[in-house]
Amino acid sequence: MPKITYIEQNGTERTVEVPVGWSVMEGAVKNRVPGIDADCGGACACATCHVYVDSAWLAKLPPRQEMEEQMLDFAQDVKPNSRLSCQIKVSPALDGLIVRTPRTQH
Amino acid sequence: MRFVIIGAGQAAAQAVATLASEGFSGSLTVVGEEPYPPYQRPPLSKAYMAGDFVRERLFLKPEAFYAESHCELRLGVTAAAIDRAAKTVTLSSGDTLAYDRLLFATGDRVRKLPCPGADLPGVYYLRGIDDSDALRRHLVAGKKLAVVGGGYIGLEVAAVVGKYGLHVTVVEAMDRLMVRSASPQVSEFYRKLHESHGVDIRLNQAVTAVEGKSWVEAVATGQGRIPADIVVAGIGVVPNCELALVAGLACDNGIVVDEFGATSDPDIFAAGDCTNHVSFHGKRVRLESVQNAIDQAKHAALAMLGKPTPYREVPWFWSDQYDIKLQIAGLVQPGDTAVVRGDPSTHKFSVFHLRDGIVAGVEAVNAAPDYIAGRRLIAARARVAPERIADTSVPAKQLG
Repeated sequence: MPKITYIEQNGTERTVEVPVGWSVMEGAVKNRVPGIDADCGGACACATCHVYVDSAWLAKLPPRQEMEEQMLDFAQDVKPNSRLSCQIKVSPALDGLIVRTPRTQH
Repeated sequence: MRFVIIGAGQAAAQAVATLASEGFSGSLTVVGEEPYPPYQRPPLSKAYMAGDFVRERLFLKPEAFYAESHCELRLGVTAAAIDRAAKTVTLSSGDTLAYDRLLFATGDRVRKLPCPGADLPGVYYLRGIDDSDALRRHLVAGKKLAVVGGGYIGLEVAAVVGKYGLHVTVVEAMDRLMVRSASPQVSEFYRKLHESHGVDIRLNQAVTAVEGKSWVEAVATGQGRIPADIVVAGIGVVPNCELALVAGLACDNGIVVDEFGATSDPDIFAAGDCTNHVSFHGKRVRLESVQNAIDQAKHAALAMLGKPTPYREVPWFWSDQYDIKLQIAGLVQPGDTAVVRGDPSTHKFSVFHLRDGIVAGVEAVNAAPDYIAGRRLIAARARVAPERIADTSVPAKQLG
């Protein structure tokens, strides 16, 4: 199973295994990674699963789709490497992915 | 302190999460009727029914979360009675739980078809995991599915089962789809959308009987007979407030709570679909939504801890049908002025609703920028001229 590393604002790192086909958001929620609320459960409806993708990985991700791009407007402190983690599907190519959680989801 | 939560859905899971994040260290028990820990219901009529989603993905929290939160899940049992004087809950198992604070997160249950034949095998409803599993077994190409009720559940099912090759007919008693929650413009868009996918939409037809010998064979309406191998009824829900009512709590289309989530008993709280509460616009409503379950549960949990904060969030909803996302914010009322922004034929438009010139609601069809702008304008009680809203050369962000 691909391993994903989540880094909190305070520097706490957690590396967890996430099944292929699940989202990076689900990997966080199922492994009790704090800082990702995902109120809508992954429907790209709430923008409370915002993460910053490590710069080394940015180019390896499929680009944001239009709905994600637009919904990110709801997030705080959006940067070029901001993504909604419910829209990043885990694949073998993402083994080792590093994301950082933001200060707040609201 | 001993806290008991009755119900194990979205609101219950959120209340546990909020209590845990606030450092609650007393005893916490969640009583759930279904054998499952809290799970997401929206995918039951969408990705889960479509087979794109394994069951494990539905659960809102991993099991370790409840253990770490010092929360005991009592699943497969119901709360049978509440003794407010003794402050105890008696379970269907015969056990009694003492509480200092109690939270009703009992949600609602499906309204059953009231007509003759409604108890025939082959008639399904959609509320829980078991319902979705049972229905999915019948999704076989060539079968005829009659959906009774043109609301969100029925339409989402219609959208999903099309891909299995079923012939789908939606029977709606009113003159348009989603009549309780959508504006006529949006209803009309969805009628055309479903028809373009081969769904037979029958409006103004009330089901008078379900027909069949040992299995459903048809639904009868005043206008004729619609052959069906399977029937799915999505005709609304009823709040689970009987236990609260028997316990003497004020109930009126839901358990009546104040803006902090307290019922008429200061040690008993309620959150989610089961509540009648004052919404952001100052009027009492009962909402059936994930957002309300989450946000109200946060406030109720804080109130249980003696830290009441008023619940004033703007309600929001969503529905996925085919490749179209409908996002709604605010609450639309009869008499509001509808302003259409964009062209529905492009499958990308929105309808803003003004009350006395102030933005009160927005329905956005594949139009997230309008939804986002609308939600902010609603929260700000902004006044925006209808001509400006309708002018798509003004970016959504600059509407305010």
